[in-house]
Amino acid sequence: MKRVYAREEYCVGCKLCEIYCIAAHSKYKNDLVKTFKKEANPPISRILVEESRPVSFALQCRHCEDAPCTKACIVGAMQKNPKTGVVTNEEERCVGCWTCVLVCPFGAITRDERGHKVASKCDLCSDNSQMPACVEHCPNRALVYSEYVSNNGTK
Amino acid sequence: MLKEGHIRIPAGCAISGIMNKKGEVTSGQEIIKSIAVMHDRSNGLGGGFAAYGIYPEFKNHYALHLFFDDKKVKQETEFLLNKFFSIDLAETIPIRKINAIKNVPLIWRYFVKPKIKEMALHETESEFVVNFIMRINSEVEGAYVFSSGKNMGTFKGVGFPEDIGEFFRLDEYKAYSWTAHGRFPTNTPGWWGGAHPFSLLDWTIVHNGEISSYDANRRYLEMYGYKCTLQTDTEAITYIFDLLLRKFGIPLESAINIVAAPFWSKISRMNPDEQKLFKALRVVFSSLLINGPFSIILGSKNGFMALNDRLKLRSLVAAQKGDNLYIASEESAIREICKNPDKSWAPKGGEPVICLLDGKESLYEFDQVDENEFEHHSVAL
Amino acid sequence: MSINCLTPAFLIERDKDRCIDCQVCVRQCANEAHRWDEEEQRVFSEDANCVNCHRCVVMCPTKALHIKKFPLEFRYNANWTQEAMRAIYLQAETGGVLLTGMGNDRPYPIYWDHMLLNASQVTNPSIDPLREPMELKTYLGRKPDFLKIKNGKLLEDIPPQLELELPIMFSAMSFGSISLNAHKSLAAAAKKAGTYWNTGEGGLHKDLVEHGDHTIVQVASGRFGVDADYLKTAAAIEIKIGQGAKPGIGGHLPGEKVGEEVSQTRMIPLGTDAISPAPHHDIYSIEDLRQLIYSLKEATEYQKPIFVKIAAVHNVAAIASGIVRAGADVVAIDGFRGGTGAAPLRTRDSVGIPIEFALAAVDTRLREEGIRNKVSLVVGGSIRNSSDIVKAVALGADAVYIATSALISLGCHMCQKCYTGKCNWGIATQDPQLTKRLNPEIGAERAANLLKAWAHEIEELLGGMGINALESLRGNRLMLRGIGLTDRELNILGIKAAGE
Repeated sequence: MKRVYAREEYCVGCKLCEIYCIAAHSKYKNDLVKTFKKEANPPISRILVEESRPVSFALQCRHCEDAPCTKACIVGAMQKNPKTGVVTNEEERCVGCWTCVLVCPFGAITRDERGHKVASKCDLCSDNSQMPACVEHCPNRALVYSEYVSNNGTK
Repeated sequence: MLKEGHIRIPAGCAISGIMNKKGEVTSGQEIIKSIAVMHDRSNGLGGGFAAYGIYPEFKNHYALHLFFDDKKVKQETEFLLNKFFSIDLAETIPIRKINAIKNVPLIWRYFVKPKIKEMALHETESEFVVNFIMRINSEVEGAYVFSSGKNMGTFKGVGFPEDIGEFFRLDEYKAYSWTAHGRFPTNTPGWWGGAHPFSLLDWTIVHNGEISSYDANRRYLEMYGYKCTLQTDTEAITYIFDLLLRKFGIPLESAINIVAAPFWSKISRMNPDEQKLFKALRVVFSSLLINGPFSIILGSKNGFMALNDRLKLRSLVAAQKGDNLYIASEESAIREICKNPDKSWAPKGGEPVICLLDGKESLYEFDQVDENEFEHHSVAL
Repeated sequence: MSINCLTPAFLIERDKDRCIDCQVCVRQCANEAHRWDEEEQRVFSEDANCVNCHRCVVMCPTKALHIKKFPLEFRYNANWTQEAMRAIYLQAETGGVLLTGMGNDRPYPIYWDHMLLNASQVTNPSIDPLREPMELKTYLGRKPDFLKIKNGKLLEDIPPQLELELPIMFSAMSFGSISLNAHKSLAAAAKKAGTYWNTGEGGLHKDLVEHGDHTIVQVASGRFGVDADYLKTAAAIEIKIGQGAKPGIGGHLPGEKVGEEVSQTRMIPLGTDAISPAPHHDIYSIEDLRQLIYSLKEATEYQKPIFVKIAAVHNVAAIASGIVRAGADVVAIDGFRGGTGAAPLRTRDSVGIPIEFALAAVDTRLREEGIRNKVSLVVGGSIRNSSDIVKAVALGADAVYIATSALISLGCHMCQKCYTGKCNWGIATQDPQLTKRLNPEIGAERAANLLKAWAHEIEELLGGMGINALESLRGNRLMLRGIGLTDRELNILGIKAAGE
């Protein structure tokens, strides 16, 4: 499956990925000014730039093959789509127990306590057909959206 | 108004050529008929002819044809001529007075041989003659050498070519090779020296076109002592061939591949030996590529060569009948004098049509002295 | 602490309606011209730190930033301009030589803009490059006067030639003055476009050895990074005598820029200053130059063309002639508007002559001496676009060198602060935090695009003139006409006036 890969050697730490992620998941979809100026509680970013200068890179859900979060979820809200491979959290069902946060080996799930407590994570902009917002707006191609190619050539 | 030499004047033209491979001579009648068909390709501001084999009685003399504005400049020039040459005959060139030809300058010819003692060290005879002509044409205001070969001559002036032919009584000359030119300059220089063919030693050129590489060609030639006093393409093309064939000893075939060089894409498909040669020709002589439209007939005592630019941006037709080869801007000009040629064709861009006298291998042959010059050059490198 | 008379040069305007306080500007400015105030929870500007490099303006996702000249009026004085006074304030503060980066920015005449090109009408046809072949291929190197040919074969090989698909090369910029990523970008672009890039005096980084066949390596007065492998890896070697931005001046790469990679590439100890002397201390005269040229030819078995690069100075024509006679295969001339990573301001702004004059004078002189065809002539020093190139070729150049335009294609915004090492575009810096801002993949694409675009434009202009091979334009000064020039200037350029 296609995933977002970070190339830390070109990450400039600008965090534009975070900003566009927020806007992509706001009710003013992709309108930065309205997202940040009008939305009372803007969404939290589902991608996180890790930084220890000069190294930085953006991290988000890896959509693991054998995703521990889906197994740990006590209500079955966290599911991996068998067709697309995308792991998503059904926020209506999520009870905010944070078990997924604990088991995620990458620390890619965050707590969203703006309203009804839920786990927040990257959905690869599932409803945005083409390119995840973070990848599209990375100014230095430090994020790429592609098939994983292992050393032996398998996807 | 500035005359030719002070300004560059673009011109369109008609060209025509006839040659007999066996060296059989014919009068100027036919070439006049041929060029007359293309009357509309010139505008009465220049016409001329070149004829090879016309002075058999003086075949070892340089036949210098000169225009003079007046008697004073004639005297001045003759003083210089006497200094550097022994003159065996000086006479006016016979003309026929006709109404169409006006403002005629003084037209003289001199059959001369260079004075050996006036030649500089390392200077060949041909170089000596060329240097003298360059000097007269660039330094003596009002005098102009318009023909300087052996056993050949050019005849030209302001007017339609058929009128110029009649004026110079070309029906009375007999030559084995004839070329003709009718000119359509874009303004009115009205100067006889500006008419074509252009000629240097045995070389004559008739040319149709306006080359876009003119100044690149000219500035390269000037490094080798040529003075492009007329600022015409024809003059530059003559010097290019003179430089390549006479001074550098480049074979004619290679000279053609310099002035109408094949495209790099074609060179890249050649075999390694060919590729090496063609690349070297283009790299070393890149400034001699003639760019832009042209069709030319380059004549020498051995024959002539007709050539189009590599894109074939000017018309040029060839035909052959028995021992005769015909070249012209338009096929009609050939059919006028040769109703049923054995074959006729339109040469491709950059592909020469070469016609040599039987037994000759090139348009130019080195004499002994020139061979030494070649060696001299290689040492100087 | 005493008073500092310097006022800010630029004013940062932040459109409050658009700013979302995302802090991208704060994170991107190496000069700290933007600041996040924790207490106020909003971004503030430090105008005095701004160098107007536009990094924040370009990166701001809501386009909320504008940079303006600081709106401070000095009492009007045609002589004591703001600039003249600011220079004095700065020197009074520091006691130092004024430094600057990039090329001469003074309003001297730009002669390219006083020359107009020709086009065909009626008497000969223009050529459509989309339908007809159009050749830009150029060979640089020494040419013999004539060739010996027998039976359709060439009897002697011609000297080594550099083959260019288009008449544009990237000129020398050292690793040290610019980042490794900038080098990688230029090297890959040169390879893609079929041309060459130049190492400058800083050696060839090991990662770039694979691009050796598209690399011109420089041998300059400090000899940094020069060894046998360096010479053999290259396609050609350039002896740098001078540079247009600072004729007569050497170079100085401060120790803080000499990190692990720079130190290895330059072959000098970590953290030491790299000082290139003003002259080569083995070249005090023209005959010494000949020795170096032939040492390099010997070292590379006469397989590589040797360039000699000089700055355009008053006597450039005679110097160039001497260089040709000393055995150089290519003469490169850098005009007084040429760029630099660091130069004393007064040298940059008032030493040397325009490349247009230098080129015309050198080409004319070499032709007068009958040696122009022996060598190739490459010119640089602010070639800004394709028509500058066409005009340069018509004046007599074989090819041009570009560096400033190449850097602009990589993102440079000409803030002229290269010497600070804080280039926000990741070009003129060795700070790992900044160098990674230039992704060489993107850089190579952009620089190659520029070459491609210019090549197309050159073809269009050539076609308009009825020329289908670049060599027929070289030295073809009839294709140029001067506009707004004095007789003397026309004379030096060797061109006629428009209308003549």
